[in-house]
Amino acid sequence: MLELRDATYRYAGYANPAIHDVSLRLDDGEIVGLVGANEAGKSTICLVACGLAPASVGGGLEGSLTIDGEPMKGRPVHELAERVGIAFQDPATQRSGIAATVFEEVALGPMNLGLPARETIARVREALARLRIEDLAGRDPARLSGGQGQLVAIASLLAMRPRHIVLDEPTAQLDPEGTRLVATALRDLAAGGTALLIVEHKADLLDGLCGRVAVVAEGRIVADGPTATILADERLAGWGVEPPSRVRLARALAARGLDPAVVGAAS
Amino acid sequence: MESVGAFVIGGYAGPLAIVAIVLASALVARVAGRLVRVSLLLTLPIAISVVLVSVFTRAGTTVLFTIGPFDATLEGVQFAAQTVVRLFAISGAISLFGMTTDPRAFVYDLERRGLSPRFAFVAAATVEAVPAMVARAGVIAAAQRSRGLDTEGGVVARARGFLPLIVPVVLSSLTEVEERSLALEVRAFGRPGRRDLLWAPGDRTAERVLRWALFVGLVAVAAGRVAGLVPRTP
Repeated sequence: MLELRDATYRYAGYANPAIHDVSLRLDDGEIVGLVGANEAGKSTICLVACGLAPASVGGGLEGSLTIDGEPMKGRPVHELAERVGIAFQDPATQRSGIAATVFEEVALGPMNLGLPARETIARVREALARLRIEDLAGRDPARLSGGQGQLVAIASLLAMRPRHIVLDEPTAQLDPEGTRLVATALRDLAAGGTALLIVEHKADLLDGLCGRVAVVAEGRIVADGPTATILADERLAGWGVEPPSRVRLARALAARGLDPAVVGAAS
Repeated sequence: MESVGAFVIGGYAGPLAIVAIVLASALVARVAGRLVRVSLLLTLPIAISVVLVSVFTRAGTTVLFTIGPFDATLEGVQFAAQTVVRLFAISGAISLFGMTTDPRAFVYDLERRGLSPRFAFVAAATVEAVPAMVARAGVIAAAQRSRGLDTEGGVVARARGFLPLIVPVVLSSLTEVEERSLALEVRAFGRPGRRDLLWAPGDRTAERVLRWALFVGLVAVAAGRVAGLVPRTP
């Protein structure tokens, strides 16, 4: 379980905090969506939740980050890396640039941990298998599609064997097929017990993926609850989030005097 | 080592010999065309300023022609020509290294020799960054042109278009570097201690002999320069 409690984080050189009093809990195997307008503070929450802020990014954090009940304050990032990983939106910036094959790319993390080569190889094979991308092992990581590249980035995290993964807009640069690939992989990961925190603008994706959704506005969590409830909240548009197509269609039907229940029945 | 050699040797013969070696190696590696283009691109901005400054401001006894208060001297032309050849030799040698060296082999080899993976990665990332930045600059230039920015034409038009081009290139590069370094951090890149590498670059006898030959050559040239046997730049 990963838990942020009353987290207020201020970037170095800034007077005002980017996030205020954020409390968020992520249980094992749970998929939690994080939505909000641009600049709402979602990415900052991701950085704080995985310990990169302030350990690597700098700045100041009040409140706490605990993983499985242990406080993470003051721990070096390489120690946190075995407990929580983060994937960013651009697969290209997550490539090390020094690996000739996907296998070597995924192996970089375990190698950095100082594991024996045999253990590294076993972890890479397992990570590729969990995402069903073993066939990419021999490919050049720079010559993959966006979806494949994002899966390799996630596999690189899985090889570190964290129990929690934070994904900051993992499908932002992907086409529908790439998005489908990543969504399927995330569902499988959660089924295997990995807890996922996903920042995403595509409400439709979260609608079918998450058990819970939290809304961020002006650096605060303003709503947190079951996905169906939050994504149907009338205030969602005011927070800069477009409701999923299911909700929009139901509202359009209701506005024309038709029964919106047919949407639920159809889906 | 070749680029350092080009820096040490004055005159024309030494730097031109290095250019010949670099071009012959590039032909063998089938990167000659790209190497010449990149080296010219790297050399040109500095070469232009060197020529302008040297030809018109370097003191000399033989005046070739005069523009306003400035005398173009033969000595200035000679100095500029030698400097440009040396610059081309240096950028050619560096470009050849970048184009023919597998970054993975470079990193692993440095690490095998006891350097920190962090240092090795920074060195490899620097080699890798140039083509990525050129590609990004191309995309940004196309985007700016589509919004009416004039990035071609005369010197004034190009100068006016430079700032809107370079600011997004630099800012996007910084953002990318930050995200790249964070992505590495969460893969325990900052962990101290040795790593058990999966792969070691091959190091054939011929390669070792060539490396030592280059090193010995460099030491000989440096010694020759100190002893006054190798020509200095005028």
